[in-house]
Amino acid sequence: MAAAKDQERAGRAQAGPDVIEEIRRSVRALCANFPGAYWRERDRARAYPTEFVKALTDAGFLAILVPEEFGGSGLGVAAAVAVLEEIHRNGGNGAACHAQMYIMGTILRHGSAAQKRRWLPGIASGALRLQAFAVTEPESGTDTLGLRTTAVRDGDRYLINGQKVWTSRAEHSDLMLLLARTTPREEAATRTEGLSVFLVDMREAVGRGLTVRPIRTMLNHATTELFFDDLSVPAEALIGEEGKGFRYILDGMNAERILIAAECIGDARWFVDRATEYARERVVFDRPIGQNQGIQFPLARAYAATEAADLMVARAAAMFDAGEPCGKEANMAKLLASEASWQAADMCIQTHGGYGFAEEYDVERKFRETRLYQVAPVSTNLILAYLAEHVLGLPRSY
Amino acid sequence: MKILVFVKRVPATTARIRVADGLRMDPEGVEFVLNPYDEFAVEEALRRKEAAGGDATVTAITLGPPEAQKELRTVLAMGADEAILLTHSDAAFLDAEATAQVLAEQAEQRGPWDLVFFGKQAVDRDQHGVGPSVATRLGMPCLSEIVELEIADGKATARREVEGASETLEAPLPCAFTCQKGLNEPRYASLKGIMAAKRKPLETVQVDLPPAKVEVVELAPPPPRPPGRIVGEGAAAVPELVRALREEAKVL
Repeated sequence: MAAAKDQERAGRAQAGPDVIEEIRRSVRALCANFPGAYWRERDRARAYPTEFVKALTDAGFLAILVPEEFGGSGLGVAAAVAVLEEIHRNGGNGAACHAQMYIMGTILRHGSAAQKRRWLPGIASGALRLQAFAVTEPESGTDTLGLRTTAVRDGDRYLINGQKVWTSRAEHSDLMLLLARTTPREEAATRTEGLSVFLVDMREAVGRGLTVRPIRTMLNHATTELFFDDLSVPAEALIGEEGKGFRYILDGMNAERILIAAECIGDARWFVDRATEYARERVVFDRPIGQNQGIQFPLARAYAATEAADLMVARAAAMFDAGEPCGKEANMAKLLASEASWQAADMCIQTHGGYGFAEEYDVERKFRETRLYQVAPVSTNLILAYLAEHVLGLPRSY
Repeated sequence: MKILVFVKRVPATTARIRVADGLRMDPEGVEFVLNPYDEFAVEEALRRKEAAGGDATVTAITLGPPEAQKELRTVLAMGADEAILLTHSDAAFLDAEATAQVLAEQAEQRGPWDLVFFGKQAVDRDQHGVGPSVATRLGMPCLSEIVELEIADGKATARREVEGASETLEAPLPCAFTCQKGLNEPRYASLKGIMAAKRKPLETVQVDLPPAKVEVVELAPPPPRPPGRIVGEGAAAVPELVRALREEAKVL
């Protein structure tokens, strides 16, 4: 695993503060072409922001973590943090495509040389969208090891049967990472073995053993449920060794945590900016409402919580990029940032009063969107359980 | 084809401007950006380079503080090939003529140029003077505030909006242009552009400033807006409101 991590870092260009600032500027300029009206219209129709995703792809931002030898920019997570934070800070939502940045990490770390050569250049250019990751099942959410979807070796192929739920962007992906059981739980050598990771070519699978059904939710998030009915995939779809899938998945979690946390920081800053502006301009009883401490204090608290969480995000990203173990920091970053963004969202809607509920202010949309982050991609409770057990050494609670 | 684009670092249009000592803007806490009209100039320069192909180059030049490196990096990230920062120790006000003199001298030394682009004005001082003045010093025709440009057969054809009409002008190359909003949609830097910009040449040159012919004698914030006036309540207020709108505000 250490070798795989070294390989992920190999050739990674260091992004100095000037490059990070330039990235922020450019993402801001890109987002200016997608104002609130664009997101409102997409939200109302529950439609995928195809144009926005294309613009980000064309500008190369989704290939930021792909090494240069495969056509990406080979920058670290700290640079990706800047991209996603800016998107959210400018009123957009990166959830439609952020997974294109990091799901490829599993291929990069654990795939064979042939798999990397075959898939990564297309992922870097955006010709191949790899932004779906099928893990969660109706009968096993957080309890990943309890998943029941099976992949059974059949000559030079695997036959896949089972069901997944909350698989985001499956309808907008050419490739999908799938976690399935290849060894029955009771036959596995250890508790965590027996799961395997497959790279499923959606262009061949849909309609030939794979059915995708969208799930309508309270926010515009292209999520789906998947049904596998004797889906046949070639043996070379297996990533890494059979049975080691759970470890491979855990390897990719830290990057995901940190990047989601960055989106929360962007949301929180957007809420603080909007609330501050509104508090300064809205006049009630002959003075701006921002003159009232009842408005000021929640705003100041949300600001302080955001800045504190941002320090943890920056630290986790720096540790990740330095190749240091950062499970603790990545999880705390996501915990603190998602709580800060929710605190800021609640404050922002209260500051706006009735207007906070009006669609044209965008506050209610962002409010709905940012609530997700305390639930997905990992629930706050599981982070707390992790910290209690693995950091504080308390007995396992689940 | 050698293309030169002149740019300036200016306060963001959203920045809250404070006056320092009755003469200068207080830069403390102000965000600076590439002058928005210069973005049109840069975009047009890049499009001309891309259309020409081959060994066409775009050079960006600015006169400003050392911090203006940042704006030049942005221009390099957008796709310019090299950048020149003319800087000086003296933070004094420079009028358009003095600025144009320094810029034109440097441009002359590094020329000749086929196409020269400016923003139509810098949004900080709104002098509108540097473009035409540099063009004159370089001995080039200057088509100002253009919103459309065509270059073919050694000549430039440009359209500009004038009061109540649209004017089309033609001039031989080499030619200078000052760019107006509407000319194009400026690009943002791609990630590859940002990474490539780090390896592009950015030359810094210390320059001496000629004496300014224009002196700022006072810089004052605009007077605060007078408070609104309540003309009455309900339907009874309508006649007075209509009268005030018609006779005082003259908007009816």
